[in-house]
Amino acid sequence: MADGSAKPTPPKRPEFERVLPPMAAIGDVARPLSPFERLINQTGVRRILIVLALAALWQAYGAWLSNPLIFPSFGAVLDALWESILTRGLLWRAWASIVVLAKGYVIGVVLALAITALAVSTRVGSDLLSTLTAMFNPLPAIALLPIALLWFGLGETSLVFVLVHSVLWPLALNTHSGFTAVSDTLRMAGRNYGLTGLRYVAGILIPAAFPSILAGLKIAWAFAWRTLIAAELVFGVSSRSGGLGWFIFENRNELNIPEVFAGLVMVILIGLAMEGVVFRAIEARTVRLWGMQR
Amino acid sequence: MTPLLDVSGVTLQYKTPEHLVTATYQVDFQVFPSDRFVVLGPSGCGKSSLLKAVGGFLAPVEGEIRLSGEVVEKPGPDRMMVFQEFDQLPPWKTVKENVMFPLTASGRLRGREAEDRARSYIAKVGLGGFVDAYPHMLSGGMKQRVAIARAMAMEPAILLMDEPFAALDALTRRKMQEELLGLWDEVRFTVLFVTHSIEEAIIVGSRILVLSPHPGRVKAELDADDFDHRAVGGEAFQRLQTRIHDMLFADRVEAHG
Repeated sequence: MADGSAKPTPPKRPEFERVLPPMAAIGDVARPLSPFERLINQTGVRRILIVLALAALWQAYGAWLSNPLIFPSFGAVLDALWESILTRGLLWRAWASIVVLAKGYVIGVVLALAITALAVSTRVGSDLLSTLTAMFNPLPAIALLPIALLWFGLGETSLVFVLVHSVLWPLALNTHSGFTAVSDTLRMAGRNYGLTGLRYVAGILIPAAFPSILAGLKIAWAFAWRTLIAAELVFGVSSRSGGLGWFIFENRNELNIPEVFAGLVMVILIGLAMEGVVFRAIEARTVRLWGMQR
Repeated sequence: MTPLLDVSGVTLQYKTPEHLVTATYQVDFQVFPSDRFVVLGPSGCGKSSLLKAVGGFLAPVEGEIRLSGEVVEKPGPDRMMVFQEFDQLPPWKTVKENVMFPLTASGRLRGREAEDRARSYIAKVGLGGFVDAYPHMLSGGMKQRVAIARAMAMEPAILLMDEPFAALDALTRRKMQEELLGLWDEVRFTVLFVTHSIEEAIIVGSRILVLSPHPGRVKAELDADDFDHRAVGGEAFQRLQTRIHDMLFADRVEAHG
């Protein structure tokens, strides 16, 4: 506005009102998606396509390298996997691992919930949790194995002990951060209902923090699975049989490299099934249904 | 006639990491059954703190709050709160479950009875078609309707509303004010309503408590029983509005002068 002499004014225009025609004249307001669009919208379909692409890449590299002792082709590994399932009881080995894992996981989850419930209800509990997670979360569970073996001997109890350690801290950390992120309004609403103590934790805090808890459960599951396979690799025979880790270890010693890969593929398959089936189902029934997660 | 809610000499303070803030200083007022009692004031007058104190979330450092003769000490379902924030509804419960939640959590009703009560109040706020929807599927105005239905279904001694329409757009807000007045006409509940809008206070309230800011002290208590939306342009309405405006404006001059 340097000169300020001619201030711009908007032009005067005539007013008008319209009688709107009915919507039918406009045509499509909503159109169903084509079959291809609907197929590609399925997360499962997209993920299977990715897995297939990776498998093709593997097969191509294996064929190009043609050194089965270092890197067997995908086809050879599939053969070995099938063979191991039929004749060497691979599924049974996997089951043995899963049973041990489930015990450690369940105990870890219960302990984590108990310790976080304590942490949200008292200040001492909160300090205790923060200090303990800061101390133990970075400590690899596998490093406790020698001590566990000393205390509990060569057996399942030692495995369950290290599993609990690997589950407890990441889950407690996630659950606690989830609890502290619950909005004041929701907290007041809960207390307004007259909820106190455990009923308040179960009725308000746990569902409100469920996205964080679920993330913690996923991380804890991955930590536990890793720890278990590593522990089995280190000292092998757990109870009578030995799980997947021991299967991998045995076959490496005998230079059955495709079988080693078959064991690894089994570990991956179980991981994929847990993520793609179990956790996805929980998500669909909870956080997605509630609109807390996209 | 004895008051339903008796607030006498209430001073409220809260701590921030650096300061001890006095939100209200020796505030007195009395709410009688079926009052639409509005607490009006600019931001910083402690009106929300006052409502939280009545709700039992904040203990007065001086004075006392009595509801039907009993001293208020902790939160309870006889004083249902409606908050401004849309996240006051637990997102993991459907509309119906949300309205039933306080009924069952407080042990007031259970099963079939709780469900029937919930359905009837959901219908009252005009959400009969949305009983099984989750909160994230609803608009802001609908969420506030659910919160109102949830509070009313408890049939509390007093309904506490903390700027319940402040986060809504102007058109929805007006509609919600009309609906609230309609519900009051039907049920004749007692409500303590906090707002910073003079117009809203005059329309919604039957009685207006005007608070001055920093800290909140009682400036005036006015009658506003005769006004609804139809009165907005009228002369009496304008006069009351100007009167309240001057009271609040005078404070601002003092504060800056």
